[in-house]
Amino acid sequence: MEVSIVAGLITMDDLTNEQILEILSDAERLLPVARGELYLPLLKGRILGNLFFEPSTRTRMSFETAMKRLGGDVVNLGDVKTSSVVKGETLFDTIQMVDGYTDIIAMRHPRQGAAQYAQDAARVPILNGGDGAGHHPTQTMLDLFTIQQAHGRLDGLKVVLAGDLRYGRTVHSLSHALVRFGCDLIFASPDLLRMPEEIVSDLRAHGANVHETEDLYGSMAEADVVYMTRIQKERFADEDEYARCAGAYKLHVRHLEDVKQDMIVMHPLPRVDEIDPTVDKTRHARYFEQAFNGVVARMALLCRLLGVTVPADVSAEGGAL
Amino acid sequence: MSNEHSMRRVTAIRNGTVIDHIPSGQAMRVLEMLGIGGETSVPVSLVMNVPSKKMGSKDIIKVEDRELTQGELDRLALVAPDAHVAIIRAYSVAEKLTINLGEEVVNVVRCTFSNCITTNLREPQAHRLRVIERDPLELRCHYCGRPQDLGELSNNVL
Repeated sequence: MEVSIVAGLITMDDLTNEQILEILSDAERLLPVARGELYLPLLKGRILGNLFFEPSTRTRMSFETAMKRLGGDVVNLGDVKTSSVVKGETLFDTIQMVDGYTDIIAMRHPRQGAAQYAQDAARVPILNGGDGAGHHPTQTMLDLFTIQQAHGRLDGLKVVLAGDLRYGRTVHSLSHALVRFGCDLIFASPDLLRMPEEIVSDLRAHGANVHETEDLYGSMAEADVVYMTRIQKERFADEDEYARCAGAYKLHVRHLEDVKQDMIVMHPLPRVDEIDPTVDKTRHARYFEQAFNGVVARMALLCRLLGVTVPADVSAEGGAL
Repeated sequence: MSNEHSMRRVTAIRNGTVIDHIPSGQAMRVLEMLGIGGETSVPVSLVMNVPSKKMGSKDIIKVEDRELTQGELDRLALVAPDAHVAIIRAYSVAEKLTINLGEEVVNVVRCTFSNCITTNLREPQAHRLRVIERDPLELRCHYCGRPQDLGELSNNVL
């Protein structure tokens, strides 16, 4: 089967809903490969360039794991402090160089718009692993995968997004995607960290049912998903202000008494104290599975952007490790 | 009051440029965007809030001994896309210039968002702002996607 071409993944707008569902289906079939139960070198001979201009643990490692599980190779930019970036090299020049070394690039950059800028400069596809407070579409794909795993569908769900909605790029990309599947969104945040106005108006312009509140716990009763985020200390100039916002939400097992049985709690991690460890053992906690899903979602994306078809019957094609 | 009467509020110029049909109150922003300020040595006449049949009221600018370039017209498109521009030579209209605000504004101004990748002026790719709405004007950066602060644009002219 021919797969439809995706030139790069900068924002979720680069994927149609149909492509999103196809990629999630590819990811589902690749689960045994992601778990290391099956060897399927679909990307043998291909090289991923990992360009992380700011710190990353999960995203960088899961891209690397995804590529290696599929038999591909990875080259890393390494520490920005010792790379040519510190000598004043422009992003354009760095991309020109890595473009020649690799078949696909995953990148994170502190400046917003850097991924689109890189895509315009590159011959190979770019996977945006986060650009400033902009987009993080590969995180969105693993989030959608996790939601679909839990609920068997994406459409018509009620999703609460809570915490730092102002700077949290994961919730920006995810909101746009969920609205496309007809989900109702509740944004729960301290006033200082509300979802940017232009995003709320964009979502409403697309017909979204969006409700904003500061009351997280009162919003959870009808929710199918509660998506928590870390309040990022580094964004605050004033320590007191941070302390006030940081304590705003601490999801504890006692808050889960009246929620729906199949409601799931998600978090892009790392968490600080916005989810109490008492939640970890409940049926609702999905954040560690979510982190694992980063590997399988990125495996499916790497295949799609490199034009490689994921076989319908993975176990028939794969071999033992 | 007729349009002709409005034009006569300031003396006819021998050579230069007349920018007519500027939205009322926007003349100062036009001057800012064109970089015409106190240091400009050529005479500049400006009338604001004069009656206009077409617009209700409007502003007019006359710049003597200077003909607007295409680059200046592109900048003008960001503050007064429907203005009329005439080049005057020997007291007559020698040329009427068309302002064209296309779908994208390329290499005219840079993005107003302080954390956009294009704030590094050593980056060589074009500065690109997409026209989302024409009236009222809404621009977004092609790279970072942020809506532009129109009041800041004149500080970001390239």
